[in-house]
Amino acid sequence: MATLIIAESAIFTIFVVAYLFYAGKSLTGPTPREVLNAPIFFSICLLSSSLTIHFATKFLEQGRRGAFLGLLSLTILLGGLFLYGTGREWYRLIYEHGLTVSTNLFGTTYYSLVGLHAFHVTAGLLMLSIVLLFGVAGRVGREQSSRVDVLSLYWHFVDAVWVVVFTVVYVVAR
Amino acid sequence: MSPDAMAIQAAEVDAGRTLVQVLHEWVTTVDHKRLGILYVLLALMFLLIGGLEAIIIRIQLMRAHNDFVSPQVFNRMFTMHGTTMIFFVVMPVMFGFANYLVPLMIGARDMAFPRLNAFGFWLTAFGGLLLYFSFVGGNGLYGAGNAPDVGWFAYAPLTSRAFSVGHSTDFWTVALLVSGFGSIATAINIITTVLCLRCPGMTLNRMPLLAWLNLVMAALVILAVSPLTAAQVMLSVDRYLGGHFFDTQAGGSAALWMHFFWIFGHPEVYVLVLPAFAFASEIIPVFSRKPIFGYPAMVAATVCIGFVGMTVWAHHMFTIGMNSAANAFFVLTTMIIAVPTGIKIFNWLGTIWGGKIQFKTPMLFCLGFLFQFLIAGLTGIMLGTAPFNWQLGNSYFVIAHFHYVIVGGIMFCLFGAFYYWFPKVTGRMLNETLGKLHFWLFLIGFHLTFDTMHIPGVLGMPRRIYTYEPARGWDTLNLIITAGAFIQGFAILIFVVNLVFSCFRGAKAGNDPWDAWTLEWSVSSPPPSYNFASIPTVGSRRPLWDRKHPEDPDYRYE
Repeated sequence: MATLIIAESAIFTIFVVAYLFYAGKSLTGPTPREVLNAPIFFSICLLSSSLTIHFATKFLEQGRRGAFLGLLSLTILLGGLFLYGTGREWYRLIYEHGLTVSTNLFGTTYYSLVGLHAFHVTAGLLMLSIVLLFGVAGRVGREQSSRVDVLSLYWHFVDAVWVVVFTVVYVVAR
Repeated sequence: MSPDAMAIQAAEVDAGRTLVQVLHEWVTTVDHKRLGILYVLLALMFLLIGGLEAIIIRIQLMRAHNDFVSPQVFNRMFTMHGTTMIFFVVMPVMFGFANYLVPLMIGARDMAFPRLNAFGFWLTAFGGLLLYFSFVGGNGLYGAGNAPDVGWFAYAPLTSRAFSVGHSTDFWTVALLVSGFGSIATAINIITTVLCLRCPGMTLNRMPLLAWLNLVMAALVILAVSPLTAAQVMLSVDRYLGGHFFDTQAGGSAALWMHFFWIFGHPEVYVLVLPAFAFASEIIPVFSRKPIFGYPAMVAATVCIGFVGMTVWAHHMFTIGMNSAANAFFVLTTMIIAVPTGIKIFNWLGTIWGGKIQFKTPMLFCLGFLFQFLIAGLTGIMLGTAPFNWQLGNSYFVIAHFHYVIVGGIMFCLFGAFYYWFPKVTGRMLNETLGKLHFWLFLIGFHLTFDTMHIPGVLGMPRRIYTYEPARGWDTLNLIITAGAFIQGFAILIFVVNLVFSCFRGAKAGNDPWDAWTLEWSVSSPPPSYNFASIPTVGSRRPLWDRKHPEDPDYRYE
């Protein structure tokens, strides 16, 4: 998983570099300053889901199944909230500001970078949900904790990437 | 049970099965040895196809104003030749050897993730299939030409919708995307295997150089192929969602694609060449009857190449007009990378020096490699100097340089590896007479083609032209180049004949035909599916030497 994360980091690096390279180079509007609002609440949701998955795996190691399942569900809920936030923001951008991939360079790079991240969140949510299903069915015990740990590593990575994406999109290149 | 008895038993089991059962077993296999063989067979198939494309290119350029193929077909041929040779010949064949040899050499029973391994192989195979399906499906609705014709590095804006209608470029993109995921999967597997599955006593310091070099190669794959994947996604966004990443009319940048491509493209050279170094580092000591000279320096140089290799990419881009600071930086890093490479060459020479050299076919190919790789490196230093590059960039001099690396360096090592490990894989020796014929013919053909190719480059012949005016002094040279290409093609056919013939009729090899020192030679040929009945324990860099010479084992000196 560590090697996969390195590979994924390289992919994200390229997209971040492209975003920064093209920041402010759009020939037509809308610009990020006009249309972007930092999604602070949803970011907090995603970042705190890192905490919940961390404690979930801790509880699994201790064999406390109920607490594990509860925190796992909370993680999925928080991740889902974040996705909902992204979806709402995109809806607003598309229908109120007319910003799509083909509008200008900002649109192209913004949707690709944030979309790539959202895709990873979706993939993570799918994997977490599968674990939850198995957990509810009583198939996830202490002996699987190292596997769940690997999955949580991925989820931490997705969160860490969001810190970078958030900084780049909503702070640096505003 | 003795190895012979096991072989007989295996043959009996084989005889009782139908063809469908055998095929089914190969398709569903997760055994690292079978997957290794599948990789190599896939690569050999594409080698023949890519070679045919090279021959078509050479026939077209044989004389001025030739019309063997149309300009459009010519563009497709050089694009497909480059893409095929890099992504579907050299990469899979290197992965194949890594798959087969790394677990055997480090005393493991399989790769770390056998199913991921199979997944990686099939992604690569279907990626290649997709690329060639473009001949059928690339037309799209436009009747606009089939196979990709944008060059193997597909510079913008050639790849934009306006200049590349139809789906040919998309087939190229998706093929590389798919096989790229396969490469990343295999790289993850190799790294995990080397780091986690070494047998007791096999410290990193005692690991065979082949495993070390493949470890660095896998790390480079992860860092290099991922940017290509990202760039291909961007290109698809441009082509299908109307994005503007590489669309200069909307403020996008064609140079950014070049940067992204070469951030992949240059480390890729090291991805291809490091496994070739690995073969040389195993073969040269055995046929010089000496342990490798300067093992720690070899490892350090390899890791150094890995790091510096990531910082030299823009020396492919001197001619696009970067600022002088960037030019100076990339000239400097390019010069620096010559140092570890030079260390390696000196270490191989040091290994040969004073050894009892046996001129068997594998050794012959490695000696050819040493000489040719040196020349390739020297022209590389010439091209790595920005002013020289401004003069000769995009000329046939560049073509001659990188074919010297890939054919003269990598392919020669690869052929050496085939002759060296074929007995282990099949249990039979490759025919030595045919092997020597293959070597000498290929050597002559190679030098005829690629030595000569430098000259039209210096005379100003640009790459990728489908024909040229007579009386520029290029005609005779091009004829010689084409003649050499045919000799090489003929040598390859001899090689294929040798492979098929020796597979069924070759002399029995036994477990250890070369009196070698690494663990793969301690098991039967071909190795049993579980590799080692009991996991070996090693005490030095040459475990088999210790076993054969208990009176004077290596671990006394390490």
